[in-house]
Parts: sequence; C-alpha cells; structure tokens
Amino acid sequence: MTEGRLWSWLAVALGGLYFLLPLVGMFDFSMRMQRDGYSFEAYRVVLADPQFQQTFGYSVVLALLTIVLGIAIIVPTAYFVRLRFPGLRPVVEFLTLLPLVIPPIVIVFGYIRIYNTSSVLPLTGSWWGTNLLILFGYATLSLPYMYRSVDTGLRTIDVGSLTEAAQSLGSGWTRILAVVILPNVFVSVLSGAFLTFAIVIGEYVFAALLNVGSFGPYMVWMGGNRAYEPSALAVVAFAITWACMALIQLVTRFSKFSTVRR
Amino acid sequence: MAFLDIQHLEKSFGPTRVVKDFNLNIERGEFVSFLGPSGCGKTTVLRMVAGFETPTSGAIRIDGREVTGLPANRRNIGMVFQAYALFPNLTVAENIGFGLKVAGEGKAAIARRVREMLDLIGLPQLGGRYPFQLSGGQQQRVALARALAPRPQVLLLDEPLSALDAKVRISLRDEIRRIQRDLGITAIFVTHDQEEALSISDRVVVMHQGVADQVGTPFEIYNRPATRFVAQFVGTLNLLDVDVLDATTGKVRLGGVPVALDQPFHGRPGERISLAMRPESVELGRGDSDRVVLSGEIAAVHFLGSVIRIRVAVAGQFVSLDTFNQPDRPPPSVGTPVEVSLPHRDLMVLAA
Repeated sequence: MTEGRLWSWLAVALGGLYFLLPLVGMFDFSMRMQRDGYSFEAYRVVLADPQFQQTFGYSVVLALLTIVLGIAIIVPTAYFVRLRFPGLRPVVEFLTLLPLVIPPIVIVFGYIRIYNTSSVLPLTGSWWGTNLLILFGYATLSLPYMYRSVDTGLRTIDVGSLTEAAQSLGSGWTRILAVVILPNVFVSVLSGAFLTFAIVIGEYVFAALLNVGSFGPYMVWMGGNRAYEPSALAVVAFAITWACMALIQLVTRFSKFSTVRR
Repeated sequence: MAFLDIQHLEKSFGPTRVVKDFNLNIERGEFVSFLGPSGCGKTTVLRMVAGFETPTSGAIRIDGREVTGLPANRRNIGMVFQAYALFPNLTVAENIGFGLKVAGEGKAAIARRVREMLDLIGLPQLGGRYPFQLSGGQQQRVALARALAPRPQVLLLDEPLSALDAKVRISLRDEIRRIQRDLGITAIFVTHDQEEALSISDRVVVMHQGVADQVGTPFEIYNRPATRFVAQFVGTLNLLDVDVLDATTGKVRLGGVPVALDQPFHGRPGERISLAMRPESVELGRGDSDRVVLSGEIAAVHFLGSVIRIRVAVAGQFVSLDTFNQPDRPPPSVGTPVEVSLPHRDLMVLAA
C-alpha cells in the first residue's frame, strides 16, 4: 500500500469513527435499561407508550399531507418556471431558500400574530384551523428540499420537447403534468418527499408554539423525563431516516424505465 | 384553395423580426421542405403551423379551417422532433398509442392501430421496449409512428435526422418519404441539409433572413436559383465578378478581357455583376461552338477518387470544375495554361 493510499484510508476511518461512535454509544446505552444485561426493554416501553403511538401517528399523517401539498405546489411551479419563465428561476430559488434563512420561530411568531383569535382569519382558534396552519407551515419548511429535488429531476429530461410532443398529440396541461412530467421526475419527487417526511417527523418549534401534540414535542418531553427511552427513540428515528434513504435507492434502481444499471 | 394555406405570416421576438411576410400554399399529400441556414426562420414558421408559437400577424388555414389562434393540442397535427421527444416512462407501444388514448379511443382500437404503425416502421417486435433500450434511428422511427398514429391532417418534421449518423440518416430519409407517399399525408420537413431537402421533397422553400427567397421543385431550385443567396446556398457554385459592357447583347469584361455571354440580361454599362456556374457544367477545353470560353491556368487539383475537382485561376478569380477520373488520362498539373468552357444556358447572371 502506498503512503498516499494509507493516509486516505486513515482519513476515511477517522471520519467514519466520528459519525459512528456516538451512534454506537447511543445504541449501547439504549440497550442497558435492565441491569442484568443487554435488552430491548427501552424500545418495548417506548413503542408500547400510547402517547408515542398517538403523537407518531399524528406526525406521520401530517407529514404525508405536507408531501401531497408540497408536490401540488412545487411540481407545477418548477415545471412552468423551467418551461415558460426560465428568467424567474433565480428569484424562485431564492424564495424557496428563505425557510432555511429565516428561523422557524420567526415564521411561527408571524403566523400567530397574523392568524390569532382576534385577527380577520382566526385560524389558531380552532382545532382544524391550527392543523391547517401547521400544515401550511410545514409545506413552507419543506420548500428548499422539495423545489431543489424536483428542479434537479426536471433538468434530466427535455421538458420543452416532451411538453410539445404531448401537446401535438392532443394533451392538455393536466394530462401533461400527470402522465408525462410527474412520472419522469418521480424519483426526484420521492427524494424530496422523504426529506420532507424526516423534517416533519422531528419538527419541534412549530408544534410546541402552536400547542400541537406531535412527535417532536413528545421526544423533547421524553428526553427531559426519562433516561434510556430517549436513546431508544433516537435510534428509532435514525432507523426511519435510513429506511427512507434505502427506499429512495430501491425505487431508483427498480424503476422500469430508469437507465440506472441494475 | 390549397390544403395548407399560409398567408402574410409575420413573427417578431421583441424588436427582431424573424419571419417576414411569409406566404405558402401546400397541396394535399405534398412533401415540402423548408431549407435554410440556422436562424433563417424556418423552424419558427413550422412552430407557428404547429401552434407552439403565436404569429405576430398573418393567417394559417388547414383544409379551409382557420387555425391561427387554435392551441397546439386542438390542431390535429403530428410532429416529429430532432431530439425524438419520446416519453421515457412509456413503452414503444404506449408511446405510439398516446395520442389515440388522449382522443378517447378504445383499447382494442388502440392496440390494432399500434400494431399497424409498428409494422409500418418495420419494428413489429419492439412494442414492449422502453425508449432508452432503442438506438437513435429506432427512436426516431417510433417518434414518426407516434406522430402518425392519430391520423393527423399535417405531419411536421423538425430536423428529424440531424441527431443521427450519416448512414442511418440516408436510410431513414428514404423511409420517411416512402411512408409519407404510402399514407398520402401532407408533410413539412425542416432541414439545413440541402441534399436532404433536394432528394425527398416535392417542393423546396429556401429561406433566408425570415423570407422565403424561392419556392420551387428541387430541379428548379438547383438549376434556376432566383437569388444570389439561393444560388450560393444550394449546391456548390462558382461566382465570378464581371463588369457589364453591353447588357442587351450579353457582353461583359472579366479582368480586362471581353467575354460574350450571348444572352441578354439586366444591367447598366460599367456595373459590376456576378456570373454563377455549377462545377459540373464547366469542362476543360473549348468544346463546341455554343459555349462561353474562359482562359486561365490550373491552380489546384483535388483527387477525390471517382471525381477530380480542378481549380482554375481566371483573371485573379477561381473556377472549380469536376471531371470523372479516367485511368488512362492523368489530371493536368498545377500551372498549366488551360481554357475552360460551359454552355450558355448553364450560366447564371446574378446582381452583385
């Protein structure tokens, strides 16, 4: 092995340790709930907790609705920007990046000021209103990831020619978007969707300030009141994220018309 | 009235007029090519016929129906693109059946028509493949079948052969023409390749700076170019600048030497005009009496195999001529004084 190669391996090993050691430590700690040895007791307690099931279920539904709303807003926007208004792309990119620049606490304070019970649109005054507000808020938070993913997908296809081909064959806009564009950027939409899912599942600020019983505040509460269960929860959260990433890979590989080597 | 009637079509992008007062009548079943260099407006006219661009003014009628303001998806026009534009997520059969599905035809009718189209393009076994599994030539055949499947009134082809290699280009070009003839469909073919346009068209429209410089059969376009641009763009051409001596009797002066063209033309004495001649019209030697004779010397000899292209310097200008290779007659060497001649009827007089 040459000296250069040795250093490369050393750098990779150090980087790997930096990321893996805390995970291994956390996993090890989560298995020590019972004093007489390793067990999955902490996982059993967490998964059996009705509050876990309720908050996790709520967050999953919210995440799925956010994804649907995100796709409905972003796919047509990114498509028409690419097709008709390419000059607007930097502006739209900047706008979609704003949620990364403006802290969520600022956004949610803005929402509370504008939509409080004494405003014209008192969304925070009802259960439906609050849920709607948090859904719109999450759709905003997902903009940077969703837009980038979809736009990258659109870059890989000849949007203009495909659109014109479909038009010359009699298609209207809805069919073009649903049958021609969306299936061809499906993998990109999916990767944006998984990122959105991960963000919504762990989101705390919006949920806490709008007083919604979602998974984020539950994790914080758990972290403040229990010892082993928070580690188990964190490992579960990691497992969900990794499962999502593996799913993206699988979908990409086995997509029928994909040119990715199988 | 013609089947496809284009009248006073104009298109401007901002201050730039890319199509200027374009008029054309195309008969049913005719194959017309738009030929011209990049940026001459040929694709813009095609896109206006397809409905992808809105004309600034003018009118387009298909079979008597005004379609100028009609969106592309309601014009019943088939289009084949340079980049194939097959839908990557659909199989070959689904691609071909796409337009029929949009039109609401039944499954059995779609399957029948798809089979018919696959047979027509000679790929009956490839219906289940995805576009990425096909070669460029096969993809373009499928694109042609997809455009033809819904039985469009007009077929538009936007440089469909440009992305293919030379051999496939020639075979597919002949196939497009055969299919167009078999179906009797009216077609417009856009290309910048003169050989393509001349070889398959009923008529050619040569476009230059947004204007149709000449509309005619390939024979007319090649042999009787209407403008200097058409003469230079279509085929190889020799151009010699001469001064008019007497236009009515057809006398000019080339480098101080009077030359008799024996045909009257328009021009004032002393005016500079251009004489144009095709390389294949010019021969070495004086030939018979009814010919224009020019004197010069051999400037270069290019041996191209079956053909030898010879450049002759005539009064400081050059004339190229082609002769067939004959094993018992080696080509003349550079510097040899020669006379070249061509029939009067093959000489074109162009305004400078």
